[in-house]
Amino acid sequence: MIAELGHFALTLALVLSLVQAVVPLLGAQRGRAAWMQVGRQAAWSLLGLCTIALLALIHAYALSDFSVRNVAENSHTMKPLLYKITGTWGNHEGSMLLWIWMLGLWGVLVAQATKLLPAAFQARVIAVQGMIAAGFLMFLLFTSNPFLRLDPAPAEGLGLNPVLQDLALALHPPLLYMGYVGFSVAFCFAIAALLEKKIDRRWATILRPWVLAAWAFLTGGIALGSIWAYYELGWGGFWFWDPVENAALMPWLAGTALLHSVAVLEKRDTLKNWTIFLAILTFSLSLLGTFLVRSGVLTSVHAFAVDPARGVFILVLLALATGGALFLYALRAPYIRGAKPFTPFSRETVLLLNNIFLFSAMATVFMGTLYPLFMSALQLGAVSVGTPYYMATLAPMLAPFALLMGAAPAIVWRAGNPHVTMRRLMLPALVTLALCLFLVLFAVPQKPLLWLALFAGGWILVTLGQDLARKTGGFKSFRYLPLSYYGMQLAHAGFALVIVGAATATQMTTEKILVMQTGDRISVAGYDIRLDGQHTGTGWNYNVDRVAFDIMPQDGGRAFRMMPEKRWYPVAARMTSEAALHLAGLDILYIVLGDNDGNSRNRWVVRIYHHPLIGFLFLGAGMIALGGLVSLGTRRARKPAEGVV
Amino acid sequence: MMKYILPAFLLTFLAIVTPAAAVLPDEIMDNPVLEQRARAISRQLRCLVCQGEDIDESAAGLARDLRLLVRERLLAGDSDAEVLAFIQARYGDYVLMKPPVKPATYLLWLTPLLTLLAGLALLLRRLRFKPAEGG
Amino acid sequence: MKRHMFALLPLVLFIVLVALFAAPLLRGTDPSKIESAMIGKPAPDFVLPGVLEHERPFEHADLLQQDFALVNFFASWCVPCQAEQPVLTRLAAEEGIVIYGINYKDNRADAVRWLEKHGNPFTATGYDNAGRVSIDWGVYGVPETYLVNRAGMILYRHVGPLTWHDYVTAIKPLLKRNGP
Repeated sequence: MIAELGHFALTLALVLSLVQAVVPLLGAQRGRAAWMQVGRQAAWSLLGLCTIALLALIHAYALSDFSVRNVAENSHTMKPLLYKITGTWGNHEGSMLLWIWMLGLWGVLVAQATKLLPAAFQARVIAVQGMIAAGFLMFLLFTSNPFLRLDPAPAEGLGLNPVLQDLALALHPPLLYMGYVGFSVAFCFAIAALLEKKIDRRWATILRPWVLAAWAFLTGGIALGSIWAYYELGWGGFWFWDPVENAALMPWLAGTALLHSVAVLEKRDTLKNWTIFLAILTFSLSLLGTFLVRSGVLTSVHAFAVDPARGVFILVLLALATGGALFLYALRAPYIRGAKPFTPFSRETVLLLNNIFLFSAMATVFMGTLYPLFMSALQLGAVSVGTPYYMATLAPMLAPFALLMGAAPAIVWRAGNPHVTMRRLMLPALVTLALCLFLVLFAVPQKPLLWLALFAGGWILVTLGQDLARKTGGFKSFRYLPLSYYGMQLAHAGFALVIVGAATATQMTTEKILVMQTGDRISVAGYDIRLDGQHTGTGWNYNVDRVAFDIMPQDGGRAFRMMPEKRWYPVAARMTSEAALHLAGLDILYIVLGDNDGNSRNRWVVRIYHHPLIGFLFLGAGMIALGGLVSLGTRRARKPAEGVV
Repeated sequence: MMKYILPAFLLTFLAIVTPAAAVLPDEIMDNPVLEQRARAISRQLRCLVCQGEDIDESAAGLARDLRLLVRERLLAGDSDAEVLAFIQARYGDYVLMKPPVKPATYLLWLTPLLTLLAGLALLLRRLRFKPAEGG
Repeated sequence: MKRHMFALLPLVLFIVLVALFAAPLLRGTDPSKIESAMIGKPAPDFVLPGVLEHERPFEHADLLQQDFALVNFFASWCVPCQAEQPVLTRLAAEEGIVIYGINYKDNRADAVRWLEKHGNPFTATGYDNAGRVSIDWGVYGVPETYLVNRAGMILYRHVGPLTWHDYVTAIKPLLKRNGP
């Protein structure tokens, strides 16, 4: 019954989304307030219907209703309730429904922002949102219906993958989708602006918070995925350049460029073409990501249901949305004018240069991800693109990018003075160089990539500190700076930490692989490690071998215990290895069990890793996301738009 | 009906019993310099069974065989490039994590430079125009 | 007008992109299937002991004894291999094709039992316990089947269980084209 209710809600939602797509658009064109009002009402109703559908599916999962095919394929009675519920979006159909629900949510947020957006503009944005929702609802209903029934209903479900029973992994899609889908708002803003032939500072002011919010969510989603990979995959890797990871990185890079471009447009009324283009590009990359994950054109550990028919449908959606937007852009290009000029040595130039770097990085990731596909399409043979390619192409960009990032606050808008800038940056340059020299000579190994990262991160942090000192009168008064400034510095500092943490964690890792049994000792990275014993036990739906390690830091700190596990899930017939992690300051000591050595149940292959300063990586990622959120609070963003009644 | 692959961040690990980096103690060579080279080379080779991973991290049987083969070739005196070429001759370009530079991949390798140059060209064009042009 | 042209560039690139996506989608290619790097190259030199007790060793020279030969890589632990065994048997019987089998990383006793159970169409078999010879062929899983001509050159590789349809569409035409 409930599943049918959900199904019905989705069908109604489709009808409503079509209304939402058409009526407010006509209303904006003809100046009919009532019709524009329909748009807002439709947005609310759409969210309501999608909520009913989503809750209906969650309900089916929570109760393990295996008469619903989606539940039977992806769930199991022996899953803990929490993971039954989060399993709702751990599959293609359910995650697509979540995607659409978020589209509804963002639509309502736009509908509610009546005071901030001029009525006609708002109506147009809502209309385009409706079009996107309609497309995806059709996709869901026609190719990926989560409410299909199974008759007779099986007694048990098929979905008991232990790897999915993890909280971080469960939260990762919602955060990610909030980001992906959030950029649809920027996309719709761009279309509405093109329709109205009006791109100006006011447009940028109202757009900015939407971009910030989506970007912050996307950052959080990517960070969470990376954290999960780190502790679950068993050897400390956190990024693999897998196609689906890249599918999230591309909109993030474009979104970061968009964020900065909007900031310039708002401040200086310039970079209009570029901002519109980026707004279209970012959401298009979100759509591309959806396509890549669900169409089966690329091999990935991460891919959802592989069904070419679905792939074709999404490709059509992508073609219509992006193709339509780009066509409109080409059509209205002559109307984008009135941008203020700036001299070669100005902050606009610096920001545009860094935008170009971000775009270039995005294009590189794009090519790396899709080149095997292109070659196969043109039957030119087969290559694969892995980490070495990305390191070779992206690492060189880091130094100029970081240099510009650090130098930007020292260059004024419109027409900067090179002498002033040079003088200002002299001190930070010396400090950074001295710092790096010290580290290189005394503290870190001979690894160029590491030095590059330390230099880049150091430069960003030092210049950041200098700028903060200047603007707060020597760290005295913090009250008169807008929140957006603090948000920006927080995010930039976070970025520096991410670079440094990623570099130290990979370039200064200590690894030890050996066979151990009770009583064996080994010394790794300043820790004395002894296998103390093991015992068996049971968990919720698994049997476990726990091996206890006693660790004594050689510098005299407190001893501690680490207990990695080997779990056997009998129903799923799967074995997993749960690593033990110990955080010491910003370093992590990481122990993971391999198989038993030979036939002895007391001898284990043990892998021990020490990842120095990896805390910086995750802390930095969090700071970036937080910086975005802090910037949202800035008062300027909440001023009502002019011309709004 | 089960043509739907279960969504898993670690789909490959369904095929592997234990998700963990995969070099086993009995593979580790006595000579640490050679072992370092072996590890570095392994990270350049894609596991063809678990295609998202390199043979250093894959627990697949083929990965282990290839890891042992790499070490064998190093002991036989091959250079890093020769070891990679040996495996490439049997498995094709696909097995290399770093795509070889050949006419078919020029566009791939030139993408960063080309996009940077294109961007710079647009920037210069922008800086030369008088105001009233769109940014 | 010039503005329009310039601004059309992203759209044009995008259309090209969509076309490149559509091609493999509509073709239905499986991206995880890799083409063999050994096509057009000579089969590697090898000598393997036979799987069955009475068999003499199976070696490279055997491949040169007939116009065409299929070399099939199989294992008793390989489930899809069971499905293709009837096809191979039929190929050997009806089409008169010489088929050699290389047993990949298996237990000899298990392999013998498996052949007894599922049929043995192989003119000769090789026991590749270590999998090293298979690596020389570029094998990355089982089952795989290679077509070799009298000159010892590898003409074609099929990944996965061989069906009759695969034989008719992919292998048989090669037999005619490269025929004597």
